[in-house]
Amino acid sequence: MNFDFSDEQKQIKDQARKFLNEKCTTRIVRKLYDGGGNFDPVLWAQIAQLGWMGTAIPEEFGGLGLGYLELCVIAEELGRALAPVPFSSTVYLFAEALLIAGTDDQKRRLLPGIARGEIVGTFARSEGPGAVTPKTIRTGFRNGRLSGTKIAVADGMDAHCAVVLARGSEEAGARGLHLALVDLNGAGIRREAVATLDPSRGAARLVFDDADAEALGALGQGWQLASRVLDGAAVLMAFEQVGGADACLAMAKDYAMTRYAFGRPIASFQAIKHKLADMYVNTELARSNAYYGAWALSTDARELPLAAAAARVSATQAFDYAAKENTQTHGGIGFTWEADCHFYYKRSRQLGLALGPQRAWKDKLVGELERSNAA
Amino acid sequence: MDFEDSPEEAAFRAEVRAWLDANAAPRVEREAGNPLDERLDSGQMAKAKAWQKKRADRGYARITWPLGMGGIAGTPMQSIIYGQEETKYDVPSGAAFAIGLGMCIPTVMAYCGEETRARYVKPAVEGAEIWCQLFSEPAGGSDVAALRTRAEKNGDGWTINGSKIWTTGAQFSDYGLLLARTDPTVPKHKGLTMFYLSMTTPGVEVRPIRQASSGSGFNEIFFTDVRIADSQRVGEIGQGWQVALTTLMHERLAVGGGQGGGIDVPQLLQLARGLELEDGPAIRNAAVREKIADWYVRSAGLKYTTLRTMTALSRSQQPGPEASIAKIVVASKLQDLCAFALELEGEAGMLSGEEAPMHGMFQSGWLGAPGLRIAGGTDEILRNIIAERVLGLPGDVRVDKDVPFNQVPTGR
Repeated sequence: MNFDFSDEQKQIKDQARKFLNEKCTTRIVRKLYDGGGNFDPVLWAQIAQLGWMGTAIPEEFGGLGLGYLELCVIAEELGRALAPVPFSSTVYLFAEALLIAGTDDQKRRLLPGIARGEIVGTFARSEGPGAVTPKTIRTGFRNGRLSGTKIAVADGMDAHCAVVLARGSEEAGARGLHLALVDLNGAGIRREAVATLDPSRGAARLVFDDADAEALGALGQGWQLASRVLDGAAVLMAFEQVGGADACLAMAKDYAMTRYAFGRPIASFQAIKHKLADMYVNTELARSNAYYGAWALSTDARELPLAAAAARVSATQAFDYAAKENTQTHGGIGFTWEADCHFYYKRSRQLGLALGPQRAWKDKLVGELERSNAA
Repeated sequence: MDFEDSPEEAAFRAEVRAWLDANAAPRVEREAGNPLDERLDSGQMAKAKAWQKKRADRGYARITWPLGMGGIAGTPMQSIIYGQEETKYDVPSGAAFAIGLGMCIPTVMAYCGEETRARYVKPAVEGAEIWCQLFSEPAGGSDVAALRTRAEKNGDGWTINGSKIWTTGAQFSDYGLLLARTDPTVPKHKGLTMFYLSMTTPGVEVRPIRQASSGSGFNEIFFTDVRIADSQRVGEIGQGWQVALTTLMHERLAVGGGQGGGIDVPQLLQLARGLELEDGPAIRNAAVREKIADWYVRSAGLKYTTLRTMTALSRSQQPGPEASIAKIVVASKLQDLCAFALELEGEAGMLSGEEAPMHGMFQSGWLGAPGLRIAGGTDEILRNIIAERVLGLPGDVRVDKDVPFNQVPTGR
């Protein structure tokens, strides 16, 4: 049985943690909260220097050619540190979409720049409130021209390029959907910053008006390709969420040990102890599900859709719980702007929505169970 | 990262399989019964003992124990591999021996002299003698050290008076490991002493407890002027609490899971596929799907947590504390999942036994779940353990810590 990361992978994780401990304190996050931009370009440049964006990008495309397990351990640390950088959009979504669906030429054009940290990318799916289904995709992509509006596109203000899920034909449902690759600095594109729950992870409304775009992957395959991209991203994001949940537990513990009430540390009250024990239980369950997702992603296993959905649901639940109960453990100070609790509270919800809400992933999970049960 | 055996593990697995093939038939699917009562079906006892003897002769009864004592001096990982393989065969449950071999005998081995060990270890591991653990009392459940059963020095021996409760398998047991109070004038942890005794000693009476589920896995034991020899003392006088901690530590070594009585997401899925609700098939109902997913991620999370623990063992490392979460998750999930299944069954959910859907599996699980949430450490105590031992939070304020036991308020 070898269901754990290797010593080398754990070393990468330790190094990432040390680095982020030093360079990505919550002061960096606070700067963005107080109006210091959409992300932290200094941190972005530093992690580019370390090669993190290219972790899972093959060497022939300018990456380090390590793999997804290495990317998972880095993701956990980015999540723990609340790193305010466009890493998930660029690496888990945009680069992965290229690797999964791109032509050799598309990969050569864009992946080296991503690995160097020069290209920020994103993935645009949702067009408004409610579920994202083939029916709700109205953005059109015909004859190399893209028109329509995508909203709450993560890192949309800073991205150079985007992969856009769009309708290419009138064919019903998923069969008429394509993925389009678009240079966001081209003509016919308007972007507007939108306020988000988490000011340290910016988003935009992207309006395409007859913009130049190219197909990514086979026409009519847009929905399936997007699903595959989201599966991988869900696993990687789950590691960020587990890292965040772990950070909340540590923070709640530190506070409870030093805060005295009724003549004793509040950590000695069972109401607090049991809350923290539950945080631990949820986070360990989420971690184990994320590990299984990591295995499925790194081996491109048949089980990936189920493993990804389970990792996603479990991690979302763990981070949501840890973030809200960390805030609660802090009492009055917990809901002030001055304390750091709200950074996690907001990040947990934003990550929990960014790839689609739990409801959608749970439905998918049960669909996979039905399928494997029937097989 | 993978799920493969190391070459040594694979070789051991093959060895185990070959032996099982030669000595047992492959398992046939059985239907789940009540998760708590099933394992103590007395009709199975003779078969269970015979199988235990066979395993002990081969060294598979306690794989990590020495040769000649039912073991092969193997690794914890080999023990797990044997367990995994054995579940694929139709063999009697070894549950009747679990407490004796998992907790009582290791304590005897740690604290008793050569002569006692030579007398008791082998018959226990061979299944000839069954042991039970006599710790909990009506006045000492989660707070075991508050127990009141007295052992008073009487010439060369001791006289025991009092009662124990929640004793699993006492009705089948030949011996018991007994924690008793020898000095009520000192604080509670300091006045305890450990003994062992034959369950047929005059003055010992075993009464089964009828559970709300109508099964009887537990017993109440009464001691009336029971005389035992001082040689039946385990450890020093007044050292009973430390000895008990050894016993309880062994309890935690078991790599867990599987306590849900075979009632989990696949069974709920099966139920949901066959039922019609107000808006169509239950399996298409969004609320049903959400619930199934919620429980699935908890089950899967536990399954992969166990694999992480096994990985540590396989690498000869100490497993992390994550193994301690299993029972909290399993017991309350079972209760919630079964309650939800009854909701889906609608008015038929109030049936039980064969009349109920799927042979009353969910009714039986729902009735057994309250016991699971208590037995072997309540949900609350387990949360305390995680908070204190895993997270390092302070222990509870203990108002009785320094008070002589006979002056501690009792409330009744």
